[in-house]
Amino acid sequence: MAVLVDAETRVICQGITGRQGTYYAEQAIADGTRLVGGVRPGKGGTRHLGLPVFDSVKEAVSETGADASMIFVPPATAANAIQEAIDAGLPLIVCITERIPVLDMVRIKRVLETSSSRLIGPNCPGIVTPGECMIGIMPRGIFRRGRIGIVSRAGTLTYEAVAQTTGNRLGQSTCIGIGADPIQGMTFCDCLELFMADPETEGIVLIGEIGGIAEEQAADYLQQHKSKKPVVAYVAGRHAPAGRRMGHAGAIIEHSTGHAEAKIVALRSAGVHIAESPGTIGATMAGALGDWKERISL
Amino acid sequence: MKVYEYQAKQLLEKNGIRIPRGGVASTPDEAASVARELNGSAWVIKAQIHAGGRRAGHFVGNQEAQGGIRFVGSIEDVRNAAQEMLGHVLVTDQTGPAGRTVNLLYVEQVCEVQRELYLGMLVDRRTSRVMLIALAEGGVNIESITSRSPESVLKLAIDPLEGLQQDAAREIATALELTDEQTDETVRVMLVMYAMFMNLDASLIEINPLGITAAGEVIAMDATMTFDDNAMFRHEDIHAQRDDDDELRWGELDATQHGLNYVKLDGNIGCLASGAGLALATLDAVKFYGGEPANFLDVPPAVEFERVKYAFGLILSDPGVEAILVNVFGGGIMRCDTIADGIIMAAREFPVRVPLIVRLAGINADSARDRLRDSGLVITFAEDFADAAEKVVKAATEARLSAQQKWWQRVQGLLTRKDETIDRTAG
Repeated sequence: MAVLVDAETRVICQGITGRQGTYYAEQAIADGTRLVGGVRPGKGGTRHLGLPVFDSVKEAVSETGADASMIFVPPATAANAIQEAIDAGLPLIVCITERIPVLDMVRIKRVLETSSSRLIGPNCPGIVTPGECMIGIMPRGIFRRGRIGIVSRAGTLTYEAVAQTTGNRLGQSTCIGIGADPIQGMTFCDCLELFMADPETEGIVLIGEIGGIAEEQAADYLQQHKSKKPVVAYVAGRHAPAGRRMGHAGAIIEHSTGHAEAKIVALRSAGVHIAESPGTIGATMAGALGDWKERISL
Repeated sequence: MKVYEYQAKQLLEKNGIRIPRGGVASTPDEAASVARELNGSAWVIKAQIHAGGRRAGHFVGNQEAQGGIRFVGSIEDVRNAAQEMLGHVLVTDQTGPAGRTVNLLYVEQVCEVQRELYLGMLVDRRTSRVMLIALAEGGVNIESITSRSPESVLKLAIDPLEGLQQDAAREIATALELTDEQTDETVRVMLVMYAMFMNLDASLIEINPLGITAAGEVIAMDATMTFDDNAMFRHEDIHAQRDDDDELRWGELDATQHGLNYVKLDGNIGCLASGAGLALATLDAVKFYGGEPANFLDVPPAVEFERVKYAFGLILSDPGVEAILVNVFGGGIMRCDTIADGIIMAAREFPVRVPLIVRLAGINADSARDRLRDSGLVITFAEDFADAAEKVVKAATEARLSAQQKWWQRVQGLLTRKDETIDRTAG
């Protein structure tokens, strides 16, 4: 089963002829993803990596039957690329581009409200259903198909959670990197909803970080919709100094909000198992899953 | 990107919002001459730093002196106030204990107003919209009001497809209980603020207080503006006003110029990690095992080895570093061998005198480890995240202990020699 993407997903790449687009399209193909074409205005009718290139998303969709897009377009024009994918009616849009102006995303988020498209990102590592579909920039070779759904707001830390669940043989159903921008497409709550309903997913790992209110919203969501599956969370940035931007736009502790401690307290009170150190995410999940299995069998 | 109060006010004025007359000064004499040109008999002298809470702040080493905003009534007092502020470090509840050095003052005419309001606009994460915030009380700390009496805060989430509508703005202004003229003028200010917010890619505009005169004039008495760093490519004029030296500590400016995210911290363990999330988690893990990080350093994924070399050189040249942790998860185009090359190149210029712990995972981790082994550098490799953090904390503690031991041996050596000297004289 898995969520959002599987072996049937037909993917196009916007910005396929660029350096990054080319590299990650190659990676996706090598991993068995059904990449069916690319978009690059002005290069319609040519071929790249053996795939047809189109001038517009609409054209690409009607010619290839694509139902997902991965976007590698520079920040200045990335919002327009997302808009184009929404207008073409693509069900899933994954935008990898970072440093998109926040007001561009305010507009996109509003457009998404009245559309059936889902957006993952921007500024995210993408989504992977191991062995079936890989969209984005996550490293191949660390995944193992299995039982854990992973949703993460922190880029590279996502790989850490993947590697640890691979290491202790739990594996992943689907791994979603939602990105850490202040305004983003899919949220923790959207992904929790999907994982809670997915029969293949037995446990959920949530990787949060300082800044914003996404972890608190996830905690509220879990309070309201009790998860029958164990949820493990790690929140990065317990020891970050206040008021400093730590690497990307989202990770800043403002005067009174965004602290890791408050997020951890909220998640814990919603019944979430907290991994105290980033090195123990996998072990915490293994433990939580064990306890849960025991309870079920009683 | 933050701008100073005077820059924010110039932008407001350019867009048709009234501000008090004023001018900038970087010496006491300049401050006096600005005051003379402004005429009148009362002035306000305001420290220009990128932080709020100036009025209640204090200057380092001068607890008796007033804060960073002072009202004065004579040219002589203008000069004295300027003298006390310029070149001195102002600490407010928003600067942190290190404070900010005041290099520039804004000298303004004091204006009489009947009422003060608060107007703010920011990008609200909860609604994913630009939000207008208004308060019938001005000159206050908005955070304290929001927590003390949230019901008094007027809020409007603006639909980006429709923009701020005149009617909606009027509804908010009406709730502030102003006269008709004052209401009209306040609505106009709100509409200008929104236009500026969208046109200039602001992330925050605050007018606090917004002064209202009996005649119905509306005046921006203080203003704060922050702009979206990611949108500065389309606002060269705003970007040209950037001046953030005062926000940075040792090494931070150089790091920014090299496209690295570096924040100086107070501990002794130098940290280098790939990606912001992993870098944050690296700090957490170091603290978890009882260590103190000397810095946050995130090397972005699309990096070439020259920048890694620079990053690692930065850590090696930090005199406070007693042990180093490199924590890299190669993914996508971030490859471990790039990191290895950068480290090897840096170590040729800055000898590695402290324990170095390296954890490599993901793409090309094995070949990167081989390269580091062949380089002749003394490196402790760690298996995983937890192992790496534990090892570096242990190494840093041992480094410190051995330094203390050496010091103790030297002291004892000195004492023994002294005894001998005494013995000899006695003999």
